[in-house]
This record gives sequence, C-alpha cells and structure tokens, in this order.
Amino acid sequence: MAFASIFVPNFMLQAVVRAEPALRARALALIDGNPPLCHVVAVNEKAARAGIEIGMTKMNAVQFTGVEMRPRSAAQEKIAHGALLDIGWSVSPRMEDTAQDTIVLDLSGLGQLFGAEPEIGAHLAWRASECGLLAGVAIAANVDTALVAARGFSGVTVIPPGEEAERLGQLPVGMLEPSTETAETLSRWGVRTCASLAGLPVLELSERLGQEGVRLRALARGAVERSLAIAEPVHFFEEEMELDDAVEGLDPLSFLLGRLLDQLCARLAARSLAAAAIRVRFELQPDFENALDRRKEIFRKIDLPGAFERELQLPISSRDSKMLLKLLRLRLQSNPPGAPVRKITLGAESARPRATQGGLFLPRFPDPEKLEVTIARIANVVGEGNVGSPSPVDTWRPGEFHMQRFLAPVEVAESTGGRRRDPAAHSPASCPNFKASASFRMFRPPMPAALELWEGRPTRVVFQGLRGDVLAAAGPWRTSGDWWREDGWRQDDWDLEIHFHPASGERAATAAGAAFVSRPGCGLYRFYFDALLGCWFVRGVYD
Amino acid sequence: MSSRAATLRLHVESALGARVASPFEYRDRPLVEAVPAGIRSVDLLTGGFPRGSLTEIYGPPCSGRTSLLISALASRTSASEVCALVDARDAFDPISAEAAGVNLKNLLWVRCKNVDQALRATDLLIQGGGFGMIALDFGDTPAKMVRYVPLQVWFRFRRAVESTPTILVLLEQESNAKTCASLVLHLGMCKARWSQAAASEPEVREKILQLHSPGTLFEGAQVNAEMIRSRVKREGNRLIRPHEMSMGAGDSADFETRAAEIRLGAMAGIRGLEGGPGKR
Repeated sequence: MAFASIFVPNFMLQAVVRAEPALRARALALIDGNPPLCHVVAVNEKAARAGIEIGMTKMNAVQFTGVEMRPRSAAQEKIAHGALLDIGWSVSPRMEDTAQDTIVLDLSGLGQLFGAEPEIGAHLAWRASECGLLAGVAIAANVDTALVAARGFSGVTVIPPGEEAERLGQLPVGMLEPSTETAETLSRWGVRTCASLAGLPVLELSERLGQEGVRLRALARGAVERSLAIAEPVHFFEEEMELDDAVEGLDPLSFLLGRLLDQLCARLAARSLAAAAIRVRFELQPDFENALDRRKEIFRKIDLPGAFERELQLPISSRDSKMLLKLLRLRLQSNPPGAPVRKITLGAESARPRATQGGLFLPRFPDPEKLEVTIARIANVVGEGNVGSPSPVDTWRPGEFHMQRFLAPVEVAESTGGRRRDPAAHSPASCPNFKASASFRMFRPPMPAALELWEGRPTRVVFQGLRGDVLAAAGPWRTSGDWWREDGWRQDDWDLEIHFHPASGERAATAAGAAFVSRPGCGLYRFYFDALLGCWFVRGVYD
Repeated sequence: MSSRAATLRLHVESALGARVASPFEYRDRPLVEAVPAGIRSVDLLTGGFPRGSLTEIYGPPCSGRTSLLISALASRTSASEVCALVDARDAFDPISAEAAGVNLKNLLWVRCKNVDQALRATDLLIQGGGFGMIALDFGDTPAKMVRYVPLQVWFRFRRAVESTPTILVLLEQESNAKTCASLVLHLGMCKARWSQAAASEPEVREKILQLHSPGTLFEGAQVNAEMIRSRVKREGNRLIRPHEMSMGAGDSADFETRAAEIRLGAMAGIRGLEGGPGKR
C-alpha cells in the first residue's frame, strides 16, 4: 500500500498568484492585518531576495521598489484549496484533506491506470500545475512519511519501503512540526536533523519529552502507521475574483471571465466532469450618486440590490471554456450588469460529460455546442423568448402553446441504435404517405373585424380595409373555458370563404403592415366572435 | 499534329496554372440529393427538394404555400432531421403543424418581427450548420418589403448552403431570389371544397345565402402548383430518382409536365370541436 501527499508551499501567496498569473514573474509580498497594523505574511523568492521579510510592517515593505504588494485573500485561498482537492480526486477517490495546503491520497490499485509510482507523482504534479499551483509530491508506504517528505522535498519524491528513516534523516527537525517548547529543547540538545532525532533512545526520550518526543522520533524514523480520514467529494465548483478597480465594459469583463472559466474547466477536467450550468454573480459598485442614495437607504433600513446574478443552463454538459465564454458573453450582451463590477464569482454545477458515438448513416444534427451558441446569438437578435421549440399545452384554448428550449435531438440518434439510413427511403418515390392538409397561419394578435349577419350566419366581412362577401361558411364551433380565471374565454369560430371586392384590395394595399393585402380575390379565413368582449376577430388564414 | 496539340495544351495549362488547376480535365457534374416535399403530386412534378440549394415557393395568400412548406417540414422532421423555421411575421401555428405531421421537437422556431431580423437569423442558422431544412417564411410580409432585399443576400445564402445537405426554402408572395433559386414553384389561388355546396358567383345574395346551410363543413382545398424553374435534370424518358439526378449550372427544367394539382384536406386539429385540440 502506498500513499501520495501533495503539498503546496507558500500557499497564501500561490492562491493569489493563481488568480493573477502575471504576478508569478514579479517580486510579490502579501500583507495581512487590520490597518494600520498590517504585516507582511508571505513573500516569494524574488521579494525575499529584494530584502522583504515576513513580519515586516507594510510601511517598511513599501519602501522597497519593484515589489508588488497584495492583501491576503481568504476567498482565493478557499478556491485554491478546492482546486487542490480536485487534483486529489482526479486520481483517487480515497483522499484525506489534511490541511489547507496539504492532501494525502491512497494509491492502492492505481498502478494499472497511471503506471508506476514515479509516473503517478509526475501526473499529480502536472495536474497541480494545470490548476495553477506549484506543488511538491511525495509517495511513501505510510501516510505521515509521505506528508513529511512532501513538505521537506521539492518536486516529486518517491520513498521506497524500508528507506523512510534514511530519506527523512536529512530533513530538519522542524519539518516534523514539534511544539515550540520541544523545538527549543531539541535545539539546545543539538538535535537538528531527523536522523539525529531518530538515533535517540526511545525510553530516555520519553522520560524527557513525554509522548510527543516518542511520536516525533517515530515520525523521524518513518514508522508511524495510521489510516486516512477520507474526505467527502463535493460537486459544486466555484471561482472568484475580487478587483481592485471596478470593471465596466463587456470586453475587459470577458477577459476576466475567460480566465476564471479556464480555471473552472481545468478543475472540472481534473475530476472528469463537465458543467451542466454556470452561475455568474457580480458584486456591483454603486456610482457616486447611487452611493449617496445607498447611504439614505441604509438609514431607511432598505437594502439596494448590489449584486447581479445570472444562470446559464446548458442543454448538454460541457467544459469547453471558449464555448462557455461565448455563451456568457452573449447572455451579458443582451442583459448587461448595468454598473461597474468589483467582484466576480463563477460557479459550475457539475455533471457527467456527454459521451455519444455518432453514426455514419444517421441524419446529421447540428453540433450541440455550436447550436447553443447559434441559438444564443439568434436570441440576441430576436429576443430571449422568441427562439425555441414549440410544444402544445393541454388546453382547449385556441392557439395556446408553450415555447421551450430547443435541444439538439442527440437522444433520437442514440435511440435509433445506429440504424442505417437508406437513401431510397428518402426519395420522393418512396415518400411516406403524409396526408396533405390545409395549413393555418395565425394573425398575432388577432385582427378586429366587422361582420354582417343574416339569420345568425355571416354574410359580409370587413377587416383591415378589406371588404368581402361570404361565399361559404362553416360554424359556429363554440368553445369556452377557464371561466374561473380572469383570462377565461368563450368564442364562436367560423370558417369563411370570402370573395373580396377588388376595390377594397387596392385600398387596403396602401395600409402599411397589412399582411395579406396583395389584392386577394378569394380567401379562406377563420373568424371568431369573442362573446366576453362582444367583438369579431380574424384568427388566421388557411394557406 | 498530335505533338503540336500536346504542346499547345501544355502551354495553355501552364499559362492558366495559377488560376485554373486543370482546365482540360473533364469534370463530372456533382450529384445532388433531393428529398420528398411530402406531397406526392409535387414530388412527381419537381423530383423533390434538392439539398444544398435554395428552393423558392411563392404565391398569393390562401394558395397552399404554407401547406407545402409544412408538408416538407413534416417530411424532414419525421426523418429525424433537425429543421429550422424563421418566421418573419410570427404566423406559424404549431398546433396545425403538429397535426400535419411535423415533429415539433425537431423544429427550431425563430419568431421575428421584421425582415432584417429574419435575414440575420437565417444567416446565423446557415453558418451554424447541421440543419436538414431551413425555411424562411416571408408569406405574410408585404411583397414590397421583400423586394428591397438585395439579390446578393439570396446569392450569399445559396453559396452558403451549396456544399451542405441543408435545404433552404424561401416562402413569399412574389419571386425574388431569381436565378439564385434552384427550384422555383408558383402556387395559384386555391379552390375550397365544402361538404354540401360551393359557390363561385358572389353577385347574387340569395344564392350566397343558400350556401349557408347549417351542416356545411370545410373539407379542404385544391391548389395548382407550377414549376417555374428547376435545375434538376431529367435523363431519358423515365423519371429518375432525385438522388440519381445531376445538377449543372446551366441546366433548365426538362420535365414533361410543369404543373400539378395539389389536393389539401381539412386538418383535424383546426377543423372544429369534434377533432379539435382534444385530439392532440
């Protein structure tokens, strides 16, 4: 049995650099604390070389030129910790969440999937770098040896069974994380390395340092055996970015969203998952006038909405960050935040990635990802609710339907089970026997009309400047419903064949927007009498 | 002599080398696949709607244009193809379309408010690709407005679908796509069929009133379809199957008949209460 430990050195700093990769090449120091008592809590190598030390006050640190100062970000640390967990779960479901910067994995049975232990170590290091973290990986036969080695050695370290004491021996005692008192005692004794500690007699050590001394000695010898405290996997992914200066335009916002989406998709990929929905939340910065208003509102104890939230439901799960960015951009184009953004939070609801096998002889379908982008673009042109797939509603109300999201019928292709498409079956000679029937065109909204009746039956009609005689009529088809609601209906429908007077057609042709005014001779229309309104309307035309 | 011809050929080929890859090579006309329009008489008349080209259906209102389009959509959606309908005046009736056999789950309906929106949506759909049929419905848009659409738009649409299996159908009151359309169908005014009586002379009021017997039912309509232009060629005396037909740039229609009669029945979903919405 082998265990791998992943340790992210200088975690606070790496969490900030992960959100702002441009900082990686610069001297960087993190400050923390309540102003004015702010201190440097983390520095990178370049900043340390420049002379900045941990514990230095902010006032001192700003004296150094060429050093970037950033506040410590608890949110980024939380997200980086989430990414670290994802790296672990990408390899093994048995994982211990040891600390914010450390995890331990059980590698039993992974040899067939990933190869030998050095290859697993290299894979983990690569995964970490993909997620924006530079991590040390150590593999050993027991949990604590792996933990100590990951903290002590950089890069990938593999400790074969039986060599624990020898390999850990060169590490300083501080790697075992003794208490301050014990560390001072060991320092006074001249015990600097793990090898020196491991060489001490256990009984005498126990008499002087108690159980802690015994535990530290066992750790230094690599002889502590314990089982993992398994962490429960989470299925919601979130990335966050707080901005120093609020961003207003869509282009800079897209740039930031793209970076967050890249990170989110890398985490999803690490877990072999995809996003089923993307939630974006902006914290908005009120402008000066609004800020004043806000102060007033605070006095009145009313909260103004300072956040903008949108959810992007995806018809097919995806982790293509470019496609997701396009969709988000299109959504924000049609519905912009309306104020400068100072904080971005991007969450992904995870799902299993789509896995379909296309068939050579199946009808072609639009590529689902491409189709989604196309629909989003069309929605930007015609409006959100004006593109989709119509579905009938279970009601007698005339013309009632529901517009639903159009989904590429991938399931249909799957359900046909790769059935071969016969070209002959699609030729007109073997055309399926569709019953050709007169189709109907709706007028939305229905046109008001005036009808002349004789013995209760229509004889003449006038609508939209057209005047005509009724040649034949069928009806009335009486429907009513929803009388218990405000929008109930009671209508008498008539199918009318109308012969229009030639002069009326010409007159009507001048009316802008009249749809069917190109001098109609005869026409088949459906009229209805709304008994609740007491008016006649034209519902549509048979065409 | 032959050596001189060969030299000359070589000379011409080298001169045109940069512009034409092989000027003397015989090229087969590309085969075109046509699919049924869903109405047998129209299929026999036209050979089906050709893929990768623009088909234009035009005629006045009440001429059966929509019925033909809906039949074509029913034919394609029932073959599990994904189709799109760009509705320039929001006139599509999903209930009657479903009754005619359209699989609404396979139909993307774009409800537009004007010509510009419809053209932009069509452009995006063509660029998206993968659709079996894209129908652009200008049936209720005044002919004057569609006439303002530049010819290059239709040309661009034709070129965009040319090498794809998409059928682009254009429905309008007048023919506008001109030579960009591979198949042009004109539908005349329809003649309604009533169960008990029919009238053609509206002058006499008494005669009209006689028609309004209480038991009259709308039973359907009869439409004349005329093929104005077709680039699908007919070979020999037999009516060959569309997937065997070839399409060339300069081919004209070679069919014996250029007109057909379409008989349309009344639709159960919109006829009346006895077969109305409850049958869905």
